[in-house]
Order: sequence, then structure tokens, then C-alpha cells
Amino acid sequence: MSRFSKSLTRVAMIALAACATGALADGKYAGVGRAAKPAEIHAWDIDVRPDFKGLRPGSGSVDQGQETWEAKCASCHGSFGESNEVHTPLIGGTTKDDVKTGHVLSLVKGDAPQRSAIMKVATVSTLFDYINRAMPLTTPKSLTNDEVYGLVAYLLNLAEIVPGDFVLSDKNIAEAQARMPNRNGMTTNHGMWPGAPASKGGIGNGGKPDVKNTACMSNCKTEVKVGSLLPVYAETAHGNLAEQNRPVGPVRGKDTSGKAPAEVKPAAQSDNAAATKLANDNGCMACHGVANKIVGPGYNEVAARYKGQADAEAKLAAKVRAGGQGAWGAIPMPPQSQLKDEDIRRLVKWIMSGAKAQ
Amino acid sequence: MADQPTQRGRVRPAPEHFLTEADIAEVKDGRRDFLRKAFLTASAAMAAPAIVRAEDGDPNILTLPPWTTSLGQPVAARPYGLPSQYEKGLQRRESPGLTRMSQVSVAFTPLQGLFGIITPSGLHFERHHQGWSDIDPSKHRLMVHGTDDGFVKQPKVYTVDDILRLPPVSRMHFIECGANTGMEWGNVAVPTVQYSHGMLSCSEFTGVPLRLILEDCGIDWKKAKYVLAEGADGSSMTRTIPIELVQSDEVLVAYGQNGEMLRPENGYPLRLVVPGVQGVSWVKWLRRIEVGDKPWATKDEAIHYIDLMPDGQHRQYTSTQECKSVITTPSGGQILLDKGFYNISGLAWSGRGKVKQVDVSTDGGINWRRARIEGPVNSKCLTRFNIDWVWDGKPAILQSRAMDETGYVQPSYGQLRAVRGTKSIYHNNAIQSWKVAESGEVSNVQVL
Ligand code: HEC
Ligand code: HEC
Repeated sequence: MSRFSKSLTRVAMIALAACATGALADGKYAGVGRAAKPAEIHAWDIDVRPDFKGLRPGSGSVDQGQETWEAKCASCHGSFGESNEVHTPLIGGTTKDDVKTGHVLSLVKGDAPQRSAIMKVATVSTLFDYINRAMPLTTPKSLTNDEVYGLVAYLLNLAEIVPGDFVLSDKNIAEAQARMPNRNGMTTNHGMWPGAPASKGGIGNGGKPDVKNTACMSNCKTEVKVGSLLPVYAETAHGNLAEQNRPVGPVRGKDTSGKAPAEVKPAAQSDNAAATKLANDNGCMACHGVANKIVGPGYNEVAARYKGQADAEAKLAAKVRAGGQGAWGAIPMPPQSQLKDEDIRRLVKWIMSGAKAQ
Repeated sequence: MADQPTQRGRVRPAPEHFLTEADIAEVKDGRRDFLRKAFLTASAAMAAPAIVRAEDGDPNILTLPPWTTSLGQPVAARPYGLPSQYEKGLQRRESPGLTRMSQVSVAFTPLQGLFGIITPSGLHFERHHQGWSDIDPSKHRLMVHGTDDGFVKQPKVYTVDDILRLPPVSRMHFIECGANTGMEWGNVAVPTVQYSHGMLSCSEFTGVPLRLILEDCGIDWKKAKYVLAEGADGSSMTRTIPIELVQSDEVLVAYGQNGEMLRPENGYPLRLVVPGVQGVSWVKWLRRIEVGDKPWATKDEAIHYIDLMPDGQHRQYTSTQECKSVITTPSGGQILLDKGFYNISGLAWSGRGKVKQVDVSTDGGINWRRARIEGPVNSKCLTRFNIDWVWDGKPAILQSRAMDETGYVQPSYGQLRAVRGTKSIYHNNAIQSWKVAESGEVSNVQVL
């Protein structure tokens, strides 16, 4: 045996030893995959189940939660979780009575104008798990375990589920669960779970449909009742339908541009398209609409305010780089220092020229 | 041209019939000099000597076009091919006002212009919860472990190299978002099939059955009841999947889509394929599988993707996409060019198996005719149907109604609402109606 093949054998033996713990359960796919290390599983296995399996010990008070909330969450969800601007409200629509019954009354009465997250969610673990894995939207997985406890405590306090001096921890989270306003608001009695039914330890009724139609072929009814037509505003709200269909074939798209054909502008100016992509890629559009405010001002509002000011582009570029607040309100823009100077200048130029998509 | 009715919205065939008979007569006897000059210039540009006269035939035939009289472009001019410049109308689009941030949004597939059953990968619908990234496949990992020791003998980590070494299968399946047609629960809200049904796509997926990977980790099938699938995106999307679907070999860890790798928007390099189940469970950018014995009630199975019933209860873990169909052409926002023959064409699908039959009505559901089903007919896959129709120029209401191999028949709006009300957002599989007006305009209506 040459030295070379000897060392190869050694490598193979070490690999085999590593597998001896059972990595190759049936030995069929030799050499594919490797054993996961405990630290690796710990790093990724962050899910928390309704029975709190997976929850890591820790605690956070309502006050601590409020502080984190104001700094990291309020810009999108509002100070009280009530905002409807970036996402549907988190808080609102539940009562002290719901905390007692465990089924949100306005859902039963059907009079809620909108459903907040707290009206729907039955399991407090869901809030913990989700905030921990996904929020804040632009910097997920940046919160500490205790910060997540505090944030959940704060949200529960906003919904009057726990008092203002509450400190949420792994020890008392089950008490919070027992007060969730919609904890009895879920049913799994339906036919749309494709696994084992409840009768066999799974979920649902085993796939039995709740609605039944028959394949009647003639004289199936005496009259055709039209329940609803396309509202006029909806016809034009989706752009020019003529441009959303093929120019050949048995049909054409309807012209909903409201313009004579000659006025319809030809597409594509590459500068605008490139700047649009830059703004999308760098998360600018998460906080700014072109015409409308989201978290920060609409780009057209920015252009209107600084129009004609000679140093506007330089000043705005500096502001985008460094972030800051006060020009439009109390909510700060985080520093956008991930961008190259030339890209910031390009974005600002684009904003000032109308932030056109093409 | 003279017999072309001129109602509002009627599209005139263009441009070869741009001249009326009267115009042509004028050209012929020299009364309209500028038109004659235009003809002369056009014909001077080509080799053929004679002036083309409209009454001799179609100038598109008689005057040879540049592509017939010149050298075309070289091979690989576009190393990754693109659709014709004339197909720009068919693109993924957002529905204005539906979502507030385009990273947390939907772009719909233009079903109105697609043929057959496969969705071109670049037109596959998009739904992201926290934006998409183009993940470096050499840095991507898939981890498999259990909620506790004992669910799998050996937790393992796989690279993308590893997954591509395992024996693959290729299968065609539809994927539909649970919220597809969700805007229409209460009333008509959107103009075209792109926005009403476009959270629907169908591809040939290539990947490894998840069963095989779990067996490689030594899964205890007796203990395992569910798996949690998790994505590598910012939202780390998580969904509970029933073990029975894994055991039946249907659930795939896929990397291939229509012969190439998945597109980044669709989960590159790895995504879960869960046939028959709503799209949110087809976790994209798949990074982790946990084997357990209880469902997880993740955000998208406890706050969203739950169906509000009239009694105020939310149905949780509704996952199966029930049998549904839609006519894709003629459909809302389109205009029929003339009376006469049309092929009504559409798509049918069921999360419970194969489509068995599709019926089409042109009178709002009083009478129905059996449509032709085009092969192949696969389980949990889009199925194309066609049926002949001669439009007599009178108002009509077009509908399709699918039945799957379990005998379940797609319900009407009236039937669906009688059980589920109008607020459930998800799983609207009602019969879709398109009204054809005398003008030829097709619009979205709801028939109860
Ligand atoms: C840049 C805007 C933004 C910021 C900042 C932000 N969120 Fe969110 N949040 C969102 C969006 C958008 C969603 C919906 C995501 C989706 O649809 O999957 C969301 C969803 C949620 C949900 C789930 C409720 C639901 O209806 O889906 C909770 C809970 C939540 N956020 C809490 C927080 C907390 C706590 C923070 C601060 C640590 C925070 N968010 C910061 C935008 C934001
Ligand atoms: C997390 C939210 C957020 C993101 C991301 C964000 N902005 Fe802002 N932006 C804001 C807020 C809030 C303001 C208002 C600040 C103020 O009142 O001074 C603002 C203000 C601005 C202004 C006007 C500044 C002034 O002084 O009038 C410009 C220009 C701007 N943003 C551009 C950008 C660009 C370009 C990007 C991407 C590189 C970006 N923003 C990303 C939130 C954001």
C-alpha cells in the first residue's frame, strides 16, 4: 500500500468513525450529509410550540418592552400597535370580557371593521416565536431573548391581558396563555387537513368537504342571479388592460388608460429603471412610497419640498447616509451607510426628478 | 371593413386593414396623393419592382418583410433566451392597494395569456413575507433534527451538493396560494383573471422525496406525527406539514423547476413541494426540517392563513386546495374581436387528486356542456380544458365547473357563502363567471 492510499484509508476510517453514531441510518446513501453538531441545532432550532416546547428561559417587563418597542417597532406598527400603515393593526378590538371568555365577541358578532393580530391569535407562543424569528422587518433575529419577552409583555399589556407591572418569563407564560382573548377561537373541525384526522390523533375530519355541488347539466336553475359586478373604479385601478394582453389572438385587452392611443408613452429610460432597482434592493421602498408616506415621506413630497434649492441634492445625500429625524416628524430614518456614495447620489437625483419607475 | 360593427370597445384589426374600402378607392384613382406616396416609398424600399395594390392581396404577403429579405441575428445573441418583444404584456404584476410594501407582497401570474399547463418560470407567481434573496448555494445548508432525541436517530446537515447527489424524481404539480381569489369573497373586486386567480402556477419540479432524507436520518415513523419546515429568509417562514404526506412520498425537497434550478423568487436553491397544499406550506429557501409530534401554530397558521367562519370561529390548519377551475380566455378585461367561433379555454385543478371532468356554461349556469380535457392529466396538477363556442353577438355569461376524482364538484358562490360566509379570506374555490357584453367586452361578475 502506498503512503498516499494509506492516508486515504485513514481519512475514510475517521469519516466512518464519525458516522458510527448512526449518521447513515440504513447505510444506503454513503457519504451524503454529515452529523449535525449540537451548537448548530441550538443556533437554528428557535421555534416555540403552543405547549412552550422550545422556549428558552428568560424574562422581560412591560416597561422594558415599551422601551424596545419605541426604538425598534413603533415606526411601523405605531406606539400602541394600532397602526394600519405598514401592516394591519397588531392590537385593538379585544375587551376585558374577551379575556374572560377566550373568544373575541366582535368576531362572533361580525361587526369588527378590521381584524387585529391579537383578535385572531389563540396562542401566545405564536407571538413569541414570530417576533423572535422575524421582527423587526428589516433586521430580523437581532433581538435578545429577554427583549422578546419584554416585547410580548408590552403587547399583552396594550391589549389589557396583563397589568402594567407584569414581568413575562418562561415561568409564568402559561398564565398569560390562559388569558389570551381568542384562545377558544380556533376550530380544526374541517376537511382541509391532508394528514391523519383528529380521530386518529391528527387534525380535522379526514378530508370531508363542507360544501356540496352536483354536476347538473341542463335546466339547472330558472334564473341567473348576478350578485356583483366589477365596480367602475376597479376597472381602471389595475393599469391599462390593453397592455396586459397579447397583441395577437382571438381577443385583445381592453384599453383602460383613458387616453387616446397616441398619448400612451413608450416605455424604458434605463436611468430611472436602474435607480428604481437600487431603491428596491436597498430597502428604501420599505419605508418610502413614491407618492405616499409609509414610514418616511413619499419621494414626490420630498422633491416638492426641496425643489429649486441648489444644495438640496447634496444635503439629502448626506441625510440618507447619516440618517436622522425632525425634517418630517419624530420617526428617524436609520443610517443608509451600506450604500456607496455614488449610489446615494443617484438615488437622490432620481427622487428629485420624480422617482419614475421607467 | 364595412361590415365591422363599430360599437365601443371593438378592436379593429390592424394595421393591414387600416384603410377602408373608400380610402383604397381614393388611392387608386389618385385623389389621395399622400397615401399613394406612402405606398410608393414603402415599395421602393424593397427589391420587388411592382407597386402593391391592396386589391391584389395582403401587403404582408405581397411585400416581403425585412426578416424574409435579410440576414437574421446570430446564435447565442441572447445567451439566456427571452420572450419576443411583442410579448411584453404578459408579466407578473402586483395588485395596486392590496399590500403596502412590495417586499411583503404578491405578484400575480398572467393566466390570461398562457397556454397548456406549465407556467414559464419567469412568470411563476411571487409571494414573499420578508423579501427575496439570491442565496449562494455553496453557503446554503439543510438541517434535519427532531423536537427531542428519538424522533430521528441522527440529526444531519446536508449541503446542496449532498441533496443533488441523492436519487431524484420529477413531477408536475400546481401551487396555489391559500389566498388566491381572496379579494373576491364579498364581491367582485378585480378586473382580470391575472388578479383574481393569478396566485396559481404549475411547474415540473425535480427533487428528492423528503421521506428518503428523513430515513437517511433514521426517523422513527411511529413517533413522528408532523414536520416543521423552515426557510432561510428573514421571515424564516415556518409551516407544519402532516407526516402522512411525507410518508406517501409526495413531499419533495426540490431544486429543479422546469428543467433548470428554481428561480430565486421561488426558493433557490431548495424549496419544499407539498402537492395539493396551499403555497405557503411550500417553504422556500428551505433550511431546516424538524420532526415532532404536535403542530406548531406558527404565525402563518395562527394569525394568517386561518379562515373566519360566520360563527366567529377561525378554522386553523386549513391546507388542502379544493377542486377549482377558471376560464382563462375569454376572460375579464378582454374584448372579443368579432362574432363567430371561439375556443373557450381554461384551467382546472384539485388538491385531492386528478381532475375528472370540467363543464362549461355560456348562459350563467342554466345549461352546461362537457369540455375537452387535454392531457396529460396528473394528480394535483393543472389540467387544461377547451371547448368550442360560437358567439352570436348576444350577451353571455361564461362559467366553468370542475369535478375531481373524489367526485367533489366545484361550488357556486351561493353554495360556498352559505357555509363559509364572506370573511374567510382564504380558500375561495367558487365558480368564476365572465360576462360577455354585446360590444364583445368581457368583465368580471359574480353569479350566485
Ligand atoms: C419596517 C417595518 C416594521 C418594523 C420596524 C417592525 N415590523 Fe412587525 N411587521 C411588519 C410587517 C410588514 C409585518 C407582516 C409580515 C408578513 O406579512 O409576513 C409585521 C408583522 C408583525 C407581527 C405579526 C402580526 C401579523 O399580523 O402578521 C408582529 C407580532 C410584529 N410584526 C411585531 C413587531 C415587533 C415586536 C417589532 C419590533 C421589534 C416589529 N414588529 C417591527 C413591519 C414591521
Ligand atoms: C426604516 C425606514 C426607512 C428606510 C429603510 C429609509 N428611509 Fe428615508 N426616511 C425615513 C424617515 C422616517 C424619514 C423622515 C426623517 C425626518 O423626518 O427627518 C426619511 C427621510 C428621507 C428623505 C428626506 C430627508 C429630509 O431631510 O427631508 C430622503 C431623501 C430619504 N429618506 C431617502 C431614502 C433612501 C434613498 C433610502 C434607501 C437607501 C431610505 N430613505 C431608506 C425612513 C426610512
